[in-house]
Amino acid sequence: MDFELMINSFPKLLNAAVVTLKLLSVSLIVGLFIGLLFAILRLNKNIFINKFAYGYSYVFRGTPLLVQIFIIYFGLGQIESLRSSFLWVILKEPYWCAIIAFALNTGAYTSEILRSAFQTIKPGIIEAGKSLGISNKIIFYKVQIPIAIRQSLPAYGNEIILMLKGTSLASTVTLMDLTGVAKYIISTTFKPIEVFIVAGGIYLFMTFIIHNVIKFLEKKYSY
Amino acid sequence: MELLAFGDTGWGDELFRATLMTVAVSITAMLIGFSFAAIFTPLKLSKFKFLNLIANIYTTVIRGVPELLVIYLFFFGGSGAIMFVASMFGYNDYIEINAFVTGSFAIGIISGAYSTEVFRGAIQSIDEGQFEAAKVLGFSKFKQFYKIVLPQMLRLAIPNLSNVWQITLKDTSLISVTGLVEIMRQSYIAAGSTRDPLFFYSFAAVLYLLLTFISMKLINKLEVKYSRGY
Repeated sequence: MDFELMINSFPKLLNAAVVTLKLLSVSLIVGLFIGLLFAILRLNKNIFINKFAYGYSYVFRGTPLLVQIFIIYFGLGQIESLRSSFLWVILKEPYWCAIIAFALNTGAYTSEILRSAFQTIKPGIIEAGKSLGISNKIIFYKVQIPIAIRQSLPAYGNEIILMLKGTSLASTVTLMDLTGVAKYIISTTFKPIEVFIVAGGIYLFMTFIIHNVIKFLEKKYSY
Repeated sequence: MELLAFGDTGWGDELFRATLMTVAVSITAMLIGFSFAAIFTPLKLSKFKFLNLIANIYTTVIRGVPELLVIYLFFFGGSGAIMFVASMFGYNDYIEINAFVTGSFAIGIISGAYSTEVFRGAIQSIDEGQFEAAKVLGFSKFKQFYKIVLPQMLRLAIPNLSNVWQITLKDTSLISVTGLVEIMRQSYIAAGSTRDPLFFYSFAAVLYLLLTFISMKLINKLEVKYSRGY
């Protein structure tokens, strides 16, 4: 055991963990909106809209995240019209490509979580709202969404942790996140176990915090 | 389309072999995972707090640390560890373990942590009365497990195991970083030499979708088979 290396690499890895957290938070926020949008589309009665939303979540859940990142980062640059458009400013940056891939991926999972949460709402609750003369829109925003959010908290907590682990793939497109820096230190010092313990410890600490925050929220909003 | 031709002109046969490799790694990893689960599930259910702790550390660490980091640990640390063990037996030459073994082991350990949780849940949801009935009828511990616990456990575990299979299948894409030529790596090579990454990565996505689609169909059949009588 090389304790000196462990102590020396800790601040570097901690700095890299900030990159990981940035990637995670931005993609979760964007992904939540995508997820909500597609969950609503899934509940739509129009069969084309419905199938489209299903197809989106099927494709993004059925393929590895690595493929998705590579298609966006390496693949999209090939389309000539895209390269000359304003989108290229975003798509040439590995940082934004990673975020787009993560957001689309977590959006697909989130849409499934939210959809099943919407479907578990008892029709009686919506009917009660209707019989009180509340408009559909207000029922949706004030009744369905809060219940769905509470229902989906445990599953969404898992999704956050999966996404935290998913951000490690950013290192494959040259980003120096926690895994990227860990790999760099391993390949320069050839001390995989020490670096794994420190980097893994930081990841575990983050999962621990996320797990407990979700638990706290579940308790707070239980009924 | 000529990019996918079989033979020297296209990448069809290479990608086909790579797909088989992905399937082979996934199945090997899943089986390694089952062996880990066979060790750690009893530890999780044991009465001894210390054994519980060991199993909990395994599942928590593996499920809380990114797969890629575990793969790097095995990729960079694997041959070192084997050489260390070999040196204790007096063998001091350089040993290189091949990418297939490292890859399936790394993915296997990850998939084992998920399988452990699935089996634990399945055993715990078997009715307490079943164990008591077995005891009353004088079944040995061994027979109780094979004749009573295992069949019921499988039925309960299959839907969740199919999720573990999906995760394992997708995780194999990560061992492309170690140079094992599976779907992802082959697409990377093809994309590099034809300068057509969009096509090859999209095709890789289609291959993965096909694999998940076919395996879901097969698992559904198993599910029907094991839930006969319910």
